[in-house]
Formats: sequence, structure tokens, C-alpha cells
Amino acid sequence: MSRYLARRLLTAVPTLLAISMVIFAVLDLAPGDPTGALPETIRPEVRQMIREAMGLDKPMHIKYLLWLRQFFWNEPIGLLEGALGIEIGDSESRLRITSWGSRGTPVFDLIAQRVPQTLWVVGLAYLISVLIAVPVGVISAVRQYSVFDQLGTLFSLIGYSVPTFFTGLLLIIVFSVNLNWLPSIYDTNLEVRDWRSLVAQLRQMAMPVAVLAFFQTAALVRFTRSSMLDNLTQDYVRTVKAKGFRERYVVIRHILRNSLIPVITLVALGVPTIFSGAIITEQIFRVNGLGALLISSIQVNDIPMIQTVTFIFAVLIVIFNLIADIIYGVLDPRIRYA
Amino acid sequence: MTATADAPAAGVLGQRAPRTLWGDVYRRFIRHKLAVTGLVIQVLLILGILVGPIIYPEDAEYIDILRADARPSLEFPMGTDDLGRDTLARNMEGGRISLAVGVVAMAVAIILGTLVGLLSGYFRSLDNPLMRFTDMMLALPSLPLLMVIIMLFRDKMRNLLGPELGIFVLVVYVIGALGWMPTARIVRGTVLSIKEKEFIEAAVSIGVRQHMILWRHVLPNILSPIIVSATLGVASAILIESALSFLGLGFPPDVPTWGRLLFENKDFITYNPALIIFPGLFISLTILSINFMGDGLRDALDPRLRL
Repeated sequence: MSRYLARRLLTAVPTLLAISMVIFAVLDLAPGDPTGALPETIRPEVRQMIREAMGLDKPMHIKYLLWLRQFFWNEPIGLLEGALGIEIGDSESRLRITSWGSRGTPVFDLIAQRVPQTLWVVGLAYLISVLIAVPVGVISAVRQYSVFDQLGTLFSLIGYSVPTFFTGLLLIIVFSVNLNWLPSIYDTNLEVRDWRSLVAQLRQMAMPVAVLAFFQTAALVRFTRSSMLDNLTQDYVRTVKAKGFRERYVVIRHILRNSLIPVITLVALGVPTIFSGAIITEQIFRVNGLGALLISSIQVNDIPMIQTVTFIFAVLIVIFNLIADIIYGVLDPRIRYA
Repeated sequence: MTATADAPAAGVLGQRAPRTLWGDVYRRFIRHKLAVTGLVIQVLLILGILVGPIIYPEDAEYIDILRADARPSLEFPMGTDDLGRDTLARNMEGGRISLAVGVVAMAVAIILGTLVGLLSGYFRSLDNPLMRFTDMMLALPSLPLLMVIIMLFRDKMRNLLGPELGIFVLVVYVIGALGWMPTARIVRGTVLSIKEKEFIEAAVSIGVRQHMILWRHVLPNILSPIIVSATLGVASAILIESALSFLGLGFPPDVPTWGRLLFENKDFITYNPALIIFPGLFISLTILSINFMGDGLRDALDPRLRL
């Protein structure tokens, strides 16, 4: 197992480096002057000095290495200092990645403000979708071609095909405009202190969570069902049935356990996707989470912020790929030795 | 597997019309109820988009404040928007652009994916580097990156090719360039198994050149996974373009794609829901029907399910 783990970890590092290089290069090669948004009255030589102060005149590989140092060395140390309340080395002169849009606020401080909202909505949606999708998929497969299965399949095909931005708007039309039950705009300033604010929080989370969960459930149901169907016809199932075990026991103890292996992997792989799916959902319900941060920084050409947020999405993908690989290796010993 | 293999046997017996590969595929596809439903919906949508403007010749860009925010009626079947532009005409115009983006972006992705998959499946020395590259591309966060690239390169492309064509080319190529990886993996897998078959060995032994083997013997035999992923690719490209437009990062405001219509009108949702419901419905129907067709094609093209 440890060799398998080491091999996986070793492939993750170059992948991350390559991705960071691609993201950096895309942003660096982009046309457009970062000082373009500054007032026209700034004299050209002053503008040049600003550019030099930002390090824009250096060649790309130097800029990339400097950014790497900031991201993988300066920022973690800064986080550590913040968490432990201590000072490591010369923390005054240690450069942090600062946003161009928000007057030199460190990028990670801005991100830290946004993460809770995204995490609440995304996390809850994902949890709900897994809790719904697995039982529905299992029942659909065991009772293949039954009414339940056909309804479930149709439902998941619709959920899979209707884009989240349309389901979101539809929900707003029904529940906010016509029925006036739920607020259509997410209020981030709401603090959960007592029962009433908790209800308000749940009410405003209901629609974004429902939209994300619907889409995710649809994909997972299809996958769970086909994974179960693959196992249902296997010889070992026939053997267990021939031994005279009850069907419930066969399904839960044998078929489900084997079918869930790829499903769990898919659940792990899907976490980063749902984060980027949340970009759209956040835009519909005006949740000011990570996705909203990315969109607003794209609009004001805040390169360090775009770079960092995009790279964080990439890091999520690589980490959850790794987690999926590890889970797969733990659950299915054949994978480790392949 | 190919049509030429089936033809002579039927001629000798001379009883029934020969069954060809594509005939079988057609027969199996027709039996797939959902797939046929999808095909019918898709054909209707395409007809509506292409022939619709001839029957209903309303200018999608004509602004008339006096008739703004009309409800659906006989005169305006889908009503008008806040500037009095006809919603039906705008939806037809938007559909043409959305479908064009979907088809061209899919073509870009399929060509790239097939090329990478063929090369890495057939040539062992290329396999590892190309597949590592594919893995890396798969780990890129595609939606954020798409948004960033389109935002940053939008002005340059607009200057280069004009506002509409420039954005079209940019959107199509970026969607294609970030969407070829699943196709490449599927193609590689299929090529790896085809390459070991006897007829390839025979071709090699009689001295057929490598590019001819790839073109004449390998490519025709990997067509089915390519067709399926091309079908599903159109749906995903339309979805991505709509998502981008919905975020305000797609085409310029005077080009109405379905996603753009949703983006423009989402603030009027309270007093004119028709503006939202129609484009959203069209996107959903398109994606749904293409997915149905894709499922049907997958089953129809699977030789293990031969009748």
C-alpha cells in the first residue's frame, strides 16, 4: 500500500507544477496592460515605474518562479503565523500575493472570507445528493425496468440535461415570484444566532442547494445504477443466491459492497466539479462565494486573484483525484498491484 | 465488420437483401424509443431554427419601445423583451448561433481527441507522453479557465476578426481545446485493442504503409466510439457556451445566443417570465434530445448487442 501511495503522490506533484505553469502562462501571455485601469493622468515614466514595482518587466520564467515561491512558501508560512499567533523569521518583508483589485489586500484573506459560503452550499448539496442518489440507484438496479426504475431514469436524464442556470431561474420563478416562499437573493451578512436566523439561513440556502443537488444526484443515480447492474449478473451473486441467502442480504452484503467501489471513487472525483458548478449557482442566487470572487476579479482584470483562485480549483482537482485513487486502492486490493 | 465484408456472401445466396453494418445500426436505433424521441425533437428544433425565420420573418434586432414587455399573443407568439424586441425571433437567431457553436466546437474537440488517441494508441513511443499530457489537461479546471481565457483574449480577437466572428472563433476553439480529452482516452483504448487484431497484422505483413493502416484499417473501426462522443460533445459544447453566456462572458450583447438571452433577461424574471422560460426550455430540450440520441447510438453501435 505504501508503495502505491508513494507512486500516486509522486505523479501528483508534476501534474500540479504543469497545471500551475499553464495557468500562469495563459494569464501572462494575455494581452492587456495591468496598469491600463489606472487614471490616464499618470505620466508614462511613472507608469513605467509602477510596472517595474509590480515586477512586470522581468522575463516570464522569473515571474513564474517568484509566484511559485509566494504560493508554496510565503503563503503557507503566513497561514501558520496566523493560526499559531507566532512570528516566523522576517515576516514584515515577506511578500504575500496581493490583489490588484482591492488595494493590496492579500489574496488569501479575500479568499478566506468567501470560502465558508461556498463550502456551506456546495457541501450540503453534495451530501444530500449522495444520500439520495445511492439508495435510488440501488433500488433502480435491483428492480430493473420497474415503474420506479423508469421514473428514476427519466428523472436523472432530465436532471442531467437541464442546465443548472435554468433550474435555478425556474425555482426562483416558482418559489420566489409566484409563491413568495423563499428569498431569491442570498444574504451573506446573516449570522446564525437564534432559531429565527437559523430558519432564515435554511430558507435562503434551500434553492441553491436544491439546484446543485438535483444536477449531482442525476449523475450519481445513473452511475450507481449501472455499477449495480454490472455486478448483478456476476457469478458470485449467483453462488450466494444458490446458497439460499435472502435477497436483501445478497444485495446489501455482496452486490452493494462491490458496486459502491466505483461510486465512492466518482463521489471523490466529483467534489471539484461541483465547486466549479457552484460558480454558476452562486451567480444565480448572488451567493458571494469563491465563484463570485472569480467572476468579479475576471471583470476587473485582477490577475493575482484570478491566478490564485483558478489554481486553487486545480489543486482541488488534483487532491481529490489523489483521494479517489487512494480510496480505490484501499477498497479494491487488485488496483494496488496493477 | 465493414460493409465490404458482408457484400459477397449475400450475392451468392441471392435470397435476402444484404445486411450491412449501417443497416443494422439503423434498425437498432429505430427500436430505441428514447433515441427516436430525441431525434424527432432535435429535427423539429433544427427545422424551427432554420426554416422558422422564413415563416416568421421578424427582425430579431428591431427595437420598438412602444411594444415593450408584451405578453405572448397571436402577434408575438413568445412576447417581447424590455426593448420591444421579438422573443421568438431572438430565440431562433440564438438557436442558430448556439447550435453552430456546439457543432463546430465538437468538431474541434473530436478532431483533436481522435488525433491524440490514434497516435498514442498506435505508436507505443508516443503513448506515455501524450497520455500524461491528457491527464494534465483533464486536471485543469475547465470552466474557470474558459472564463479567464475568453475574458482576456476577447478584445484581441475582436480586433482581429470583428466582433461576431472573433468571439465565435475564440469560444469554439477554447471549448474544443479544453474538451478533447475524454475522446482521446476512448479512442486510445479502442485503438489499443484493434491494433492487436489479425487484419492489422495482415496489412503490416503485406507492407501497407503505416499512415494507410491508420487511415484505412484503424480509423473505420473506431468510428462508433467517435460518433457517440461527437453526439454527446455537441450537447456539452452547447451547455458550456450557454453557461459562459449566462455569466456574461460569451458573445457581445447584440448577438443573442440562448445562454445570452437568459443572462440578459434574468433581471426581468419577476414580471415577464416568458423571456426566461423559452430560451431555457430550448437549451434543455436540445441537451436532453442529444443525450437521448447519444444513448441510443451507443447501444445501436455496440457490436456486442448485434441482432
